[in-house]
Amino acid sequence: MLTHLRPTLVIGLALTVITGLAYPLAMTGLAGALFPAKAAGSLIERDGRVVGSGFIGQNFTKAGYFHGRPSATTAPDPADATKTLPAPYNASNSAGSNLGPTSKALAERVSGDLAALRAENPTDAVPVDLVTTSGSGLDPEISPEAALFQVPRVAKARGVPEESLRALVTSRVQGRTLGILGEPRVNVLALNLALNDLARP
Amino acid sequence: MTLNGWIQIALFCVVVLALVKPLGFYMTRVFTGERTFLSPVLAPIERGLYRAAGLDERQEQTWLGYAGALVLFHVFGFVLLYAILRLQTLLPLNPAGQGEVAPDLAFNTSTSFLTNTNWQSYGGETTLSYLSQMLGLTHQNFLSAASGIAVAVAMIRGFGRASTRTLGSFWVDLTRATLYLLLPLCVIYTLFLVWQGIPQTLGASVDATTLEGATQTIALGPVASQVAIKMLGTNGGGFFNANAAHPFENPTALANFVQMVTIFAIGAGLTNVFGRMVGDERQGWAILAAMGVLFLAGVAVTYWAEAQGSSVLNGLGLTGGNMEGKETRFGIAASALFAVITTAASCGAVNAMHDSFTALGGLVPLINMQLGEVIVGGVGAGLYGMLIFVLIAIFVAGLMVGRTPEYLGKKIEAKEVKMAMLGILCLPLMMLGFTAVATVLPAGLAGPANAGPHGFSEILYAYTSAAANNGSAFGGLTANTLFYNTTLAIAMLVGRFFVKIPALAIAGSLAAKKTLPASAGTFPTHGGLFVGLLVGVVLIIGGLTFFPSLALGPVVEHLAGSAGQTFGTGG
Repeated sequence: MLTHLRPTLVIGLALTVITGLAYPLAMTGLAGALFPAKAAGSLIERDGRVVGSGFIGQNFTKAGYFHGRPSATTAPDPADATKTLPAPYNASNSAGSNLGPTSKALAERVSGDLAALRAENPTDAVPVDLVTTSGSGLDPEISPEAALFQVPRVAKARGVPEESLRALVTSRVQGRTLGILGEPRVNVLALNLALNDLARP
Repeated sequence: MTLNGWIQIALFCVVVLALVKPLGFYMTRVFTGERTFLSPVLAPIERGLYRAAGLDERQEQTWLGYAGALVLFHVFGFVLLYAILRLQTLLPLNPAGQGEVAPDLAFNTSTSFLTNTNWQSYGGETTLSYLSQMLGLTHQNFLSAASGIAVAVAMIRGFGRASTRTLGSFWVDLTRATLYLLLPLCVIYTLFLVWQGIPQTLGASVDATTLEGATQTIALGPVASQVAIKMLGTNGGGFFNANAAHPFENPTALANFVQMVTIFAIGAGLTNVFGRMVGDERQGWAILAAMGVLFLAGVAVTYWAEAQGSSVLNGLGLTGGNMEGKETRFGIAASALFAVITTAASCGAVNAMHDSFTALGGLVPLINMQLGEVIVGGVGAGLYGMLIFVLIAIFVAGLMVGRTPEYLGKKIEAKEVKMAMLGILCLPLMMLGFTAVATVLPAGLAGPANAGPHGFSEILYAYTSAAANNGSAFGGLTANTLFYNTTLAIAMLVGRFFVKIPALAIAGSLAAKKTLPASAGTFPTHGGLFVGLLVGVVLIIGGLTFFPSLALGPVVEHLAGSAGQTFGTGG
């Protein structure tokens, strides 16, 4: 065993420094030089203030905005540190609901959300992504169907014709990569920013 | 299921297959010590390291020497990581001011990373400083992967050599795997990932003011460099709690595709290294074919189950499959595919929450891990795991025809079969034994978040994932407790070293044997019959061992869900 001691210490420490310090620090420098905006988190600024990140969803509740998917993220309860409170789109504590397929809590949550959405738009079928939480709780996107489903509500709240909103959504649909990978989707924050720009000619 | 979904699955298979030969060629050169295109840069560094360590790179080790070096190296890694985690408050690069990591959590996390499990009892963005992530976790990601590859290469040498006592040098294999293979690939890969949108910064988290006026604190960090090795090294431990479902760990459909490919790339390439080093590439392809059959069966079941959706939610009038716990950009096909890949390969990264999969969709990841992750498997671990099954398959075939079993000209005798059974039996002992304990102790029963059979599945999944060194979870389980942290860590240690060391013992014993020439009575091990036999042995051993436990969890849940039954928490 003693013959192994020197290689353990030397090779162990050398590889630790190479892979644990040199590699991530060099990559940080290189990435910051080549892709500065992306390396810093793809932050979006409006009027000098950071309003979010292009990859991180945020919580929309007002009728005049398109809403993202339900989010199961939580935050510590300020009154009792051992408990947590729901905090949708908490981008410093990503999490899914982890409710299983036979969970009563899941069935009740979905059934409540379905009723609310059907009351809001009785004509279209409710898209599945609008009543299911995402894996991260930070999903920045919804399906094109889910965006179109919300057009009547947003149009009414903003007093704009549904047609122009439908055109806006359609123009914002991102297709599959190379026509194959992933699913078609709409970035909710980008859509809502475009919506605000629409209102400010 | 959609045609596009199947095209994504087919494209994945094609790309992985196309990488097998080039990677196999390159890795063979690296581990036989031949010159590669990186040698002008890396060879001086490598020689300097050996000189400082007092090593002669031509000095080889017996299997015991190899295993001793391996164990000592991991003890060193454990102590270092444990110290970093416990002392992170005193160390630099902690912009979020994370507190010290509790002793049981530090024990669990250190064990988890050195065994290439990367089970997440820790919460990533809520627990660890940047230094802990880099110097602690990123470095163990490299070295646990490199040590897995080293053992696989040593085992291949055992098959390829004759009448010798040595298997190569652990130090040389470890250093070459890190410097020539993992590091260069990760450099390119990190840049690709940043280009796709993964952050790589030492800056603190950013406070954004949302359009509705709320404050959103966005956690950042040196993410891309860790994600690269997490995938290539089949580690799977996330920078963030939500792992590869988090948009900052897996921002686009293209990044997701490449991540899936890189989970399998090295493991699949190693089957080709095996073929080359035993002098017949067909032997490697036969093993990969057996893995491929099991893989495609798993993908078909999971994709089908997830596309059908949950009976309970469908009963509410919902259509479109099971999207609970899945991300929009991946959809159902890429989430189901990822789940099968990550559990086949001992990776344990997740791009969707397995806990929210349908009962049958979640059954496949469980089975993949229970079979010992031999379907491509963890880097190195998958190949030596599968070679252990190969010995059992050959032994069974030998019993059927009444001949001394032979594989690649080596007689398979009592010692090899005993060691192979030791490697195979330690997994069910850990998985089923600890599950049984946890389901009768209050500390165990406090864990599950879901009631009914799904709660049992959460416990079974945890110990299965730990012992198989996978690291994915049915995440509802509250695992950051003294009971779970400790028992899971024991399962990880046994699951790693009680397979690795028997594998080295087998290699040592085989290397010492003569290689017999093939005769008319030799069972050919590169054809369809052998592939079928191997698949059969893997399934029979796994099926007989684990079916009762699966019947209590996912199978019951599927039947209950089909009848519309739900289970309340605490019930």
